[in-house]
Amino acid sequence: MRNWGDKDMQVIIGNLLRWGVLLATVVVAIGGAIYLYRHGSELPDYGTFHGQPRTFRTISGITGGVLEGRGRAIIQLGILILIATPVVRVAFSIIGYLVEKDYLYTAITALVLGIILFSMFGGLGG
Amino acid sequence: MTILVFTGILLIGAFAAGLLGSLTGLGGGVVIIPLLTLGFGVDIRYAIGSSLVAVIATSSGSAVAYVKEGYSNIRLGMFLEVATTTGAILGAFLAIYAPTHLIAIIFGTILILSTASSYVKKQGAPDTAGSALAAKLTLNGQYPDGQGGWQAYGVHRVYGGFGMMTLAGMLSGLLGVGSGALKVIAIDNIMRVPFKVSTTTSNFMIGVTAAASAGIYLYRGYIDPGIAMPVVLGVLGGAFLGSRILAGARPAWLRVIFTVVVVFLAVEMIYNGATHRI
Repeated sequence: MRNWGDKDMQVIIGNLLRWGVLLATVVVAIGGAIYLYRHGSELPDYGTFHGQPRTFRTISGITGGVLEGRGRAIIQLGILILIATPVVRVAFSIIGYLVEKDYLYTAITALVLGIILFSMFGGLGG
Repeated sequence: MTILVFTGILLIGAFAAGLLGSLTGLGGGVVIIPLLTLGFGVDIRYAIGSSLVAVIATSSGSAVAYVKEGYSNIRLGMFLEVATTTGAILGAFLAIYAPTHLIAIIFGTILILSTASSYVKKQGAPDTAGSALAAKLTLNGQYPDGQGGWQAYGVHRVYGGFGMMTLAGMLSGLLGVGSGALKVIAIDNIMRVPFKVSTTTSNFMIGVTAAASAGIYLYRGYIDPGIAMPVVLGVLGGAFLGSRILAGARPAWLRVIFTVVVVFLAVEMIYNGATHRI
């Protein structure tokens, strides 16, 4: 039954992902606590769209902000971890299919990973 | 209203959305966007960004449960992700250039269509022979029949399903929702895969689809930490509680209430979009 290997591999990956989501939640909550402690009494302004400063929207900006202990940068770090969880699943699946010697699906999964990475690092956001 | 109060109310709202979404199986993302735009007057671009992150969180957190039961067709999911991720990139691009009131109108329309489709009668007995292309791609599968055995099924109309999936991915990228209903239509009605398999496979795919557009949204500044924080924590908490309460069938009356709420929100979104208030 070819589906068995497939399923076992996905259960292992799925459990890893749950830890990833838990880690991301904790990071977001820590960042949120710092953010609320510092800015909780200010007034929100979300009615008009301003976008975000670089500190909150690029990997280098977010890491810089986290090192300075900025609450919102820590929240964004947690969100980066969340966005990474499905990507990690696809990456691990490639290894799984390679081990099973299913080269058709190794190629299909690699294509999916390629599309996602292209969307993130292909300069499409600029 | 200070940021502290705003965060607190949003956290409660997101929690309720996650709980209802999980109890009814319609997903939490669909109520988050109207809650933010109509309830809090938040710009729809911020709403889309934070909803997308919540969608990834719930999908990654629950994927393993679907796989464990043996219903998800992982190969079919992976194959169709080629279509959904490509579509998601196109959708994220459209979102950047489309005027916000138009996005609000499309959102409302899709909301009504997905709710209606969840009432459509699902596939009956599966047919074991799939199409030639499905066999070549080893897409045909089997699922537990509930009596300890396995029921084989074939996958049909691969091109049609692939096309519909591209559209589902595009809408997910454009609107910041999981597009679960459209994915189910593609796998269930077009590819003629049994219902239980199509819903679990579609859930399995949602996170990967959303990740393809989330990177673009993050870089465009659509994901605001102050909004995303309560939305992610609230939706995840609600969905988790929902999955604990839910031990089998979904109560029918809850579904009716949720449908009424969703349709009301959809009409409100269309109206506000049409009058250029969003």
